[in-house]
Amino acid sequence: MYVYNLVDQSLVNQRVQQFRDQVRRRLSGELNEEEFKPLRLMNGLYLQLHAYMLRVAIPYGTLSSKQMRALAHIAVRYDKGYGHFTTRQNLQFNWPKLKETPDILADLADVQMHAFQTSGNCIRNVTADQYAGVAVEEIADPRITAEVVRQWSTLHPEFSFLPRKFKIAVTGSKRDRAAVRVHDIGLIIKINEAGEMGYEVIVGGGLGRTPIVGVTIREFLPQQFLLSYLESILRIYNQIGRRDNIYKARIKIVIHELGAKEFTRRVEKEWKTIRDTAIDLPVGEYERIRAFFAPLPYQSLPKNDAGFSHLEFENQDFSHWVRGNTLPHRQSGYSIANISLKPIGGIPGDASAKQMEVVADLAEKFSFGEIRVAHEQNLVLPHVKQTDLYSIWNTLKEHNLATPNLGLISDIIACPGMDYCSLATARSIPLAQDISNRFSNLRRQNDIGELSVNISGCINACGHHHVGHIGLLGVDRKGEEYYQVTIGGSADENASIGEIIGPAIPYDEVVDAIERVVETYVDLRAKNESFIDAYRRVGKQPFKENLYVTN
Amino acid sequence: MSLIKNNIIIRDSWNHLDDDTPLSAEGKVIVSLKRWQSERKLLMERQEPLGIRLKSAEGAEMISDDLAHFDLIALEFPIFKDGRSYSTARMLRERYHYKGELRAVGEVLRDQLQFMLRCGFDAFEYAGKTIPEEAISAFVEMDKFYQTVGDWGRT
Repeated sequence: MYVYNLVDQSLVNQRVQQFRDQVRRRLSGELNEEEFKPLRLMNGLYLQLHAYMLRVAIPYGTLSSKQMRALAHIAVRYDKGYGHFTTRQNLQFNWPKLKETPDILADLADVQMHAFQTSGNCIRNVTADQYAGVAVEEIADPRITAEVVRQWSTLHPEFSFLPRKFKIAVTGSKRDRAAVRVHDIGLIIKINEAGEMGYEVIVGGGLGRTPIVGVTIREFLPQQFLLSYLESILRIYNQIGRRDNIYKARIKIVIHELGAKEFTRRVEKEWKTIRDTAIDLPVGEYERIRAFFAPLPYQSLPKNDAGFSHLEFENQDFSHWVRGNTLPHRQSGYSIANISLKPIGGIPGDASAKQMEVVADLAEKFSFGEIRVAHEQNLVLPHVKQTDLYSIWNTLKEHNLATPNLGLISDIIACPGMDYCSLATARSIPLAQDISNRFSNLRRQNDIGELSVNISGCINACGHHHVGHIGLLGVDRKGEEYYQVTIGGSADENASIGEIIGPAIPYDEVVDAIERVVETYVDLRAKNESFIDAYRRVGKQPFKENLYVTN
Repeated sequence: MSLIKNNIIIRDSWNHLDDDTPLSAEGKVIVSLKRWQSERKLLMERQEPLGIRLKSAEGAEMISDDLAHFDLIALEFPIFKDGRSYSTARMLRERYHYKGELRAVGEVLRDQLQFMLRCGFDAFEYAGKTIPEEAISAFVEMDKFYQTVGDWGRT
């Protein structure tokens, strides 16, 4: 993991001091809410329906045990004893008091954390593949790039007052778990024929009101030019992005209005002018950062441990969890263990302080002190020995963290919705809970197989409903909650935007409707055909026909 | 409005000239891009220091061939959230090597001052409510940054 040096630490400390003073000026009335707003937003502080909300940055979803304990401590000391992991790998506290937020930021700074740029019209906290450095099929570790981007984008003087928010995601794998095609900039690490590292640069993807899959503007950008190229894109966007209409202010609209070809031409032209100035990272600095992500001191272990296989054979529940929630690791004898934050009937992404502590302890004991946050709102112990899985599972089970539903229908992605959010037009959480309860039977879930359900409580699409295999968008119809159903979305390497399959349906009918969609799939699927593959084969019609049938 | 330059508050010796105010023979004036384009010859014949003012939508390339004529360039922030002039400032300094006064005008508030300074501004028509002496402390709130910007040849 990256460890702060003196520059990183003093930057974070100074920023806390600065924010402390800004809060003081707000409380004294010297700053009004309008003036304070951009300042607090750049430090992750929102004003929500009932209270302030602090969004803590978890850069590229990587956390240490120590950091996780600090989050647990903050949840207890300043909040109501829990936190919410988000679809951007961050953590939200829902009930902080304004006057205490500088203290929270100071506690975060003590463990090399911050809430920089988790909101506001700036470059947001960078995200990456949660299996960075451990996925079997990975080409190169995206964390090094993500850390470079984190540093470059932090308090960038030119790009802190952009037309709108700007999100960057990185993957180093063919399997895209970072949803790079639905970000303002998506970077895919590639190795060219000469063996050099570089990036495919994708621009203009996004969800929200105008969901769109991004376009590749450069097939291969040599690694050493990353920052000058990003700077070129951002500069063009900063200059010509629309500022007259908040709903047309994202870079995707620039590309739509200008055309990808002309946009690319401008970026390339700008880049040729600045690529040989001092913007790019010196090789030494890149290597310094890279050293933090060197492979860990793993043990040499056999691929399959006999004792482990026996335990799996003996204990069916354990075996389900292993099959459902763990994946092979690059290192022989190790696994990637996913911790579901989606217990049946639970609130997707919520974790209590106690649960955070349990995960921190497990990571310390079994996973080199490292934890990852997935954008699906689950946690990951990235490097655990196969032989430790049983004891990890037992502990997780005690704390309601061992639901073996990774990627299944109850592994629902949901935004906080109207229970918390001031933008929401409908609830997300209770609907997620109802769907989860309806499909609580694990055997049935496994039979249905891989199926993502994404719920957003408003058009801003924080629940990424456009890219759920089944997406639900809450809308307000004369004071009543209705949900628009989309089918066929996908956030991976075959990214697609779901199709709306008909008029919105009222809250009370949603779960039955989802069940009919699922049953339609079960009836028509070919052998081993997943929901998304079946949809791509047959189209929306059969689903549409059954969605609106009522008994 | 107070003018902050080199960390102190100074008296402003320049005048912003409206497009319809007649040009006098003397005095340091700041004119709009429009006026510069339409009265270029007249302005160049004048033996007084000249400043130009760009709106946030007017980019550095619009005056990049004329920089030798300006002792001051004022870049507008019509509202503090409009960040276009940060890009213009950097381009003037880093690409076109403009060395004269670069002044931030418009909604220039305390908490944006350091961003502006780092992009190459060196004069600020301060429009915040805090007393300007206090606002100056914003320049030194932070001294550690990641980006190599603002390296425009100032010694």
